[in-house]
Amino acid sequence: MTTKALLELQEVTRSFAVRDGFFAPKKLLQAVRGVSLKLMPGDVLALVGESGCGKTTLAKMLLGTLPTSYGEIIRGGSGASARTRKERTRQIQAVFQDPYSSLNPRKTIGSIISLPLRVHRQGTAAEIRKNVVEIMDLVGLPPRFYDSYPNQLSGGQRQRVAIARALVLHPEIIICDEPTSALDVSVQSQILNLLIDLRAELGLSYLFISHNLAVVEHLATKVAVMYLGRIVETGDARTIFADPRHPYTRALLASVLSPDPGAGVPDIQIGASFPNPLAPPTGCAFHPRCPLAQASCKTEMPPNIQDASGSVECHLYK
Amino acid sequence: MTVDPFVNVEGLSIDITTARGTIHAVRDVSFTVERGKTLCIVGESGSGKSITSLGLMGLLPGSATRRAARLELGGTDLMALGPRAMADVRGSHMAMIFQEPMTSLNPSLTIGEQMAEMLTRHRGASRKLAFEKAAFWLQKVGIPAAATRIDQFPHQLSGGLRQRVMIAMMLMCEPEFIIADEPTTALDVSIQAQILHLLSSLQRELGMTMIFITHDLGVVSRIADDVAVMYGGQLVETAPTADLFARPQHPYTRGLIDCIPIPGKTKPGAHLGSIPGTIPSLMGALEGCAFAPRCAYAITECRSGKLELTPNSANQSVRCLHPIGGAQSLAVTMEETE
Amino acid sequence: MSDVSESFEIPKREAEPWRLLVGRMLHHKGVMIGGLILVVVVLAAVFAPFITQYDPLQQSLSGRLQPPFWMERGSADHVLGTDHLGRDYLARLLYGARVSLLIGFTTALISGSIGTFLGVLAGYFGGRTDSVVMFLVTVKLSIPTILVALAVVQLVGGSLQIVILVLGLLLWHQFAVVTRATTMQIRGMDYITAAETVGCSTFRILLTEVLPNVLNQIIVVLTLTMASAILIEAALSFLGVGVQPPTPSWGIMIAEGKQHLFFKPWLVMIPGVALLVVVLAINLLGDGMRDVTAPEKR
Repeated sequence: MTTKALLELQEVTRSFAVRDGFFAPKKLLQAVRGVSLKLMPGDVLALVGESGCGKTTLAKMLLGTLPTSYGEIIRGGSGASARTRKERTRQIQAVFQDPYSSLNPRKTIGSIISLPLRVHRQGTAAEIRKNVVEIMDLVGLPPRFYDSYPNQLSGGQRQRVAIARALVLHPEIIICDEPTSALDVSVQSQILNLLIDLRAELGLSYLFISHNLAVVEHLATKVAVMYLGRIVETGDARTIFADPRHPYTRALLASVLSPDPGAGVPDIQIGASFPNPLAPPTGCAFHPRCPLAQASCKTEMPPNIQDASGSVECHLYK
Repeated sequence: MTVDPFVNVEGLSIDITTARGTIHAVRDVSFTVERGKTLCIVGESGSGKSITSLGLMGLLPGSATRRAARLELGGTDLMALGPRAMADVRGSHMAMIFQEPMTSLNPSLTIGEQMAEMLTRHRGASRKLAFEKAAFWLQKVGIPAAATRIDQFPHQLSGGLRQRVMIAMMLMCEPEFIIADEPTTALDVSIQAQILHLLSSLQRELGMTMIFITHDLGVVSRIADDVAVMYGGQLVETAPTADLFARPQHPYTRGLIDCIPIPGKTKPGAHLGSIPGTIPSLMGALEGCAFAPRCAYAITECRSGKLELTPNSANQSVRCLHPIGGAQSLAVTMEETE
Repeated sequence: MSDVSESFEIPKREAEPWRLLVGRMLHHKGVMIGGLILVVVVLAAVFAPFITQYDPLQQSLSGRLQPPFWMERGSADHVLGTDHLGRDYLARLLYGARVSLLIGFTTALISGSIGTFLGVLAGYFGGRTDSVVMFLVTVKLSIPTILVALAVVQLVGGSLQIVILVLGLLLWHQFAVVTRATTMQIRGMDYITAAETVGCSTFRILLTEVLPNVLNQIIVVLTLTMASAILIEAALSFLGVGVQPPTPSWGIMIAEGKQHLFFKPWLVMIPGVALLVVVLAINLLGDGMRDVTAPEKR
């Protein structure tokens, strides 16, 4: 394998000290626990997990807005600390979930999209405007929106603005954090199609964070499943969807309700108790809800088993 | 549709007055639900689906006016009821489950107290009996360690558990009718599956009639007996679930189904179907079909006049001048009647 | 390239944020009435030399204590009469308005700057910064404003500049509290995260992303602080520790007129009513601005 990974995470960890009440001592909230991942050029790596699994915290560390507590983020070959903030922002950008809070309501669209160019002093005002209009065309926004304000645009149009802003510095990687979850179905597909086209046209790689597995199946080349701060399974998208190994992955896939009249709602049997990140279960974090839990699951951390098709962290595959 | 439907809505229209004009949120909506069956009302934002349910429940804001030729629930004429009578009907015969369980539960009362209140208030039960029933129902909806939960406050529970508490609270009175408005949209995928499974099995067990409002066609296909599709305040198509998915008549329904990636069916990495344009404004004089500006099949006649919901088989109706599949026969019928 | 047809409607010009705000302002009774009165007062103060030919400091011992023109023995010469030193009352009123407005405005600006600075920092950085600022606010709240103003002015002597400085340092807490709350809300918005992601420096974010969104709230507090400042100045001047005579100030006019309260009531009532009207107008404007910039209306 001579291709260098665009992004490599090694045992990345992030903890927060939280106070559970005014007089209580500070407790440690481990949002991300020892995550190791690789993003290769051209990948669409889907990070799948539900609320509280730590995917947003991980994204923030990748973007550089949150420092790691431990572990390395290696970007394009050199260590994270070697890269200046400016270089990092030109390698990796993000599109966020909520189109209604990701745009400053007091700025024009042109001003919003051109912000990265102005911060990095890329050209004169005229050149910047030309750049922005080009990008706007690329994402399907007519140039007359340049002087409009966000409140004049629909949700789908705002998300296009967010995508344009992420693209304007020509990054290699875009982190898409639930980019279509807040949009209507008919608009979701427009945005997803746009993301597919942009990837082909600009050679982008995506880190696609989503809980919508149907979308993930459609878009992703690789999948990483996250639970309570740890990656419990990784692999090729085809393999994971055809043959999921970790019980949590299986439960997630069984929860996907595709249009199938008469099929009813499956009983996925993972129990209703949600883990408390401040007091995670002993051993395997998933064991209280796992239908296949054994005695060892409660006491020992499951080993991380790597093989040809990916990795899985579960006692069942020892 | 049927001889004696449990829910009978005919010609429901709701207008909302705002500072900028009148919004015609719901326009001439008619549907029926048989006893014990589930109707899913599907639509995107601005379709009027939530307002329709609020109109049915009598929970419209003061700025809204409601008109209907018929609005019946289990034989009772809801249009004739005053606010207090309507509140009684809601409390004792209807269960309502909303999207955000945190705002539906009182944060300063324990779970047990809130649940018990449902029975003491609407069924005149004693406190002891009410608490026993509460514990029973908490267990029935699958809340672990129900005995300790009963003394906890809503903020101590996760979103999924709160929604289960809501369901338990609502079903404790054994109502005949449930309206659920996007009850699982704010929840994680795995929790959603569990809640839906719970809801549909309880509904079958207790023989309740259910109206379920959602934008998720996957959910619709799994739990609905019949589907009503709404767009721009209008009801554009109704059909039994299997028929709707097998042979969607309205171009919007078809477009919506094509938008969704289906694992195993849609080709990964290829373009998904999409519907160009955006949701229309609901103000001013609205003519013709609400979907016409975005419709690939629209003709001039679609943009003016009033379109009726026409049945085109035993239980399917569509509001369209040229539905896909069975187009010709229907177009001919329309021309003849005009 | 992609679906350009998605965007059918041309964005409406009237929907720009500031246009919407102005539109709402023009329809709000409080804003219009308060604003109008304030504009009239400001214009009267600015154009005072054109409205009256008298010098507010010019004494005339023969023409003392003349009543306003609508009373017996009043004349059109001195429309509002004269005071105990024969100075034209209208002139004193108009030039006194200058003092009140100047103090009100400048004080509001100074305390606004201090309060906004602290509030935005507290709201944005949270943690220890927040604790420190909130502590300062608590301390400030425990300080009795008028007493401190009195004490300082006694020590240092009264004058226009001293009053402005002292009040500016005493009236910032409301700004801090309001801007802190708004900033905390803005902090959680994705566009701040986006600005960070893009490489914006913290200073730039505070200036270009946070501040414009806090502006609406600041305007409300600004107007209400102006009203407070004007009232406090009048009180200080009344007590003799504010602006010093012979500079006209409504507070001084009331103080000098109070000995004639029963037989020549206009000496106290005219500046009193003026104070009432101006403060009322400012309060109407401020409350109206609060309604008009409230999040529900956005």
